[in-house]
Amino acid sequence: MSRDKVSNKNPNLLRASGDIRKRVIRSDALNIDSDHIDSEADENLLEEQYVKELAEKHSEGSKKVPKFLSSALKGLPERWKNWVVRGISMTVMISTFCLLIAGGPLALMILVLAIQVKCFQEIMQIGFVTYRVDEIPWFRHLTWYLLTVSNYYYYGEYFFDYFGPPLNRIESLQFLIKSHRFISYCLYLFAIIMFVLSLVKKYNTRQFHLFAWAHVALLITVVPSYLIIRNTFDGLIWFIIPVSLIIINDIMAYMFGFFIGKTPLIQLSPKKTWEGFIGGGITTVLFGLVLAYILCQYLYFICPIDYSEEADKIVILNCQPSYLYIPQEYKISIGNFETVFNIQPFVLHSLSLSIFSSIVGPFGGFFASGFKRAFKIKDFANVIPGHGGIMDRFDCQVLMASFVYVYINSFIRDPSPQKILSAIYTLSPKEQLNFYYQLENHLNDLNLLNL
Amino acid sequence: MSDSSDKLSEQEQELRRRNINNLGSGDLQINSASINNDKNINTPNAYDSDKENLIDNETVDSDHIDSEEEKLPEEKYVDELAKKLPQGTDKTPEVLDSALKGLPDRWKNWVIRGIFTFIMISGFCMMIAGGPLALMITTLAVQVKCFQEIISIGYQVYRIHGLPWFRSLSWYFLVTSNYFFYGENLFDYLGVLFSRVESLRFLITYHRFISFCLYCIGFVWFVLSLVKKYYMKQFSLFAWTHVALLIVVTQSYLIIQNIFEGMIWFIVPVMMIVCNDVMAYMFGFFFGKTPLIKLSPKKTWEGFIGGGFATVIFGVVFSYFLCRYQYFVCPIEYSETAGKIVLDCEPSYLFRPQEYGIRIGKTETVFTMYPFLLHSLSLSIFSSVIGPFGGFFASGFKRAFKIKDFGAMIPGHGGIMDRFDCQFLMATFVNVYISSFIRTASPQKLLAQVYNLKPEQQLQLFHSLKENLQNRNILELS
Repeated sequence: MSRDKVSNKNPNLLRASGDIRKRVIRSDALNIDSDHIDSEADENLLEEQYVKELAEKHSEGSKKVPKFLSSALKGLPERWKNWVVRGISMTVMISTFCLLIAGGPLALMILVLAIQVKCFQEIMQIGFVTYRVDEIPWFRHLTWYLLTVSNYYYYGEYFFDYFGPPLNRIESLQFLIKSHRFISYCLYLFAIIMFVLSLVKKYNTRQFHLFAWAHVALLITVVPSYLIIRNTFDGLIWFIIPVSLIIINDIMAYMFGFFIGKTPLIQLSPKKTWEGFIGGGITTVLFGLVLAYILCQYLYFICPIDYSEEADKIVILNCQPSYLYIPQEYKISIGNFETVFNIQPFVLHSLSLSIFSSIVGPFGGFFASGFKRAFKIKDFANVIPGHGGIMDRFDCQVLMASFVYVYINSFIRDPSPQKILSAIYTLSPKEQLNFYYQLENHLNDLNLLNL
Repeated sequence: MSDSSDKLSEQEQELRRRNINNLGSGDLQINSASINNDKNINTPNAYDSDKENLIDNETVDSDHIDSEEEKLPEEKYVDELAKKLPQGTDKTPEVLDSALKGLPDRWKNWVIRGIFTFIMISGFCMMIAGGPLALMITTLAVQVKCFQEIISIGYQVYRIHGLPWFRSLSWYFLVTSNYFFYGENLFDYLGVLFSRVESLRFLITYHRFISFCLYCIGFVWFVLSLVKKYYMKQFSLFAWTHVALLIVVTQSYLIIQNIFEGMIWFIVPVMMIVCNDVMAYMFGFFFGKTPLIKLSPKKTWEGFIGGGFATVIFGVVFSYFLCRYQYFVCPIEYSETAGKIVLDCEPSYLFRPQEYGIRIGKTETVFTMYPFLLHSLSLSIFSSVIGPFGGFFASGFKRAFKIKDFGAMIPGHGGIMDRFDCQFLMATFVNVYISSFIRTASPQKLLAQVYNLKPEQQLQLFHSLKENLQNRNILELS
């Protein structure tokens, strides 16, 4: 990814675009004041022209086919060729995914981190091309610096709990842990100061646009990746199920659309159809239930991940399956008809997850489609043949990861009394006594104490 | 090449002339006055705007690199922005206008700024007297106004008035984020109060989930509202809204957290920034010579350094006075017995005079002072050195979008955002400082957490606590 790749590619393009813009401005001259929705036609001509040139600068990913496959598939018609390439890449991705799950929590964390960095790079690349960053000195470095600082903040803040014990033994690192927020904030401030000092009058507007772009990109990539890892620490199943749900929804919607698709779903993505949406939704729910039922049985997937003293690293603990994964009795009475059935509560949770992934999940994809249309690009990058960039595959995962995190926090993760107790013991004795009396009063009010 | 760019600048001049003649409202002609030599509408030669006009003089002829070819589509329309946004610095209320008729323009501006500075500071003092609740409401009001100012600029930049629903969408996101953040704060600290009411308990326990669902609704609404020709603008405004929320709402959340630690943690930082502003202005006015940074030609090194020293001294003195009063020093707590918010506590270690010994060579001096003064020293150093960068950032932003002020609410000063740009950086710093170096576990917060547990768990916790306290002889066995 050389810095000069874009500008060297087509110097004529830049000059030509300048001429186009000049011509359009002159004809546009008298219309600048009106911003009434109907008369926007001329102004849009200006923008579309500019954006069309942008499209030529971005490279196309979906049509790229590795050479050896190309020769192997020479005989087949275009449509099937594309299908096969997509199928092969998909199989490769899914097998890698399974391998990494077998690799354990550390491998997963590294994978998530790597994906996050690549997604960030893809999003920033679009911004760089749109706002012509090559002329702005140091901006690329600034964005990478911001990525590093945000990762440092998140991983340090929430995961030093897990790396805590080994780190606590080293005296000098104690200070780093205690004033972690302060240090991260100072590092971030440094970025702001550098940005302010680097403002060049000529590029002011573009620099601010790019700065905002970087922040939004961070919000989209770093925060969900941190949430995914936090989910994983509650048990691998909380990582596997959401990710698989989104993948299945994608594939099934595609299949249904391919075979029986007719009514278009939304203007943004003309390829999507109502048949695909509904068919994909139903299959996702069914698949989710089955997968949840199967995975519930194995300790490897359901035990939380924590730091283990003996092994001196992060492992999946040997645990007692929590109440969620043990079949419970549920009674349903509809009128006079009553059934009792045994099911693990987790399967019911996976039902809500699959409903969310079928209904709201695709909106992440529509958002990304709209974004690509706005900037007239076909794909985010061309890393995966047949599919485009990494971000293309992970656009829906962002929404899903946030939902799973909030869901766990609200409905599953019980605040542990143990943690609160240990916090109480850090207070001064007088405050502890006060606390005790207040709690006693409260429980008395609730008639819980039988004094 | 140069031929065509000359022609273009002629074209541009023609354009601007035509547009200026088409304009209705009067008091906004700062940027374009320099291009046409006609004496345009009121361009008061206020002390501030003198140097600002220079910028636009240069763009047309000399800076040929800045020609049309280099600009992005939005940037061309940006020049028209200033005419559409209300600008406050040169607005004078009629009342004062007649009273000050006799004075020359420069002094008139000075007097107006002075009067409104005084009004703002007295307003601030009244809020403090009103107590923590008044402060929180003020913060909320200020935040909403700042958001509105930033969003108006966004609308102007992207010229998106015609689209239905877009304004409502931004306001919806503002309401949702406020609901989330204020809920977090209030439930944490005042959870004790809320958990008494059964129906509210549901809101507390599932607060994050409810906020997330509200956000998702906004997200889905945005996707459904995308209109074919406006994708780029809509996405840009969506990002603009999020960045504005990031700047405005998160900072006000942090400010409220600071207030809960004790009002002194709110008053001292705010006053430091105000003092730094005023002192830097004074020093610059009387001694200013060497310009500080290209972004803000008015700022000088003399103002910066003088203002810095004055702020440090003022900070130390001011903290010394405030340290003694419980009203400022106590964390905000809800007392169940009194049934309201009380500010009654034993001053923490920070606010009690401690002894410090300094040994320089053979002489050793021992002096007593409040530890808080040391903290206020670091706060004042930050506000003098880094604080102004918030102002530079806002100046750069205003230059980028060619506006003079964020709004027109305060005559002589501009919009609310103009006054609060440095405060945001400071508020985050204070919050991070407190959570890293000062904050210890708060019993109120813990109590609120306990009340969130299931009743069986609360009982269990109570018994474990009772046993533990009895074992350590803190609680008498009864």
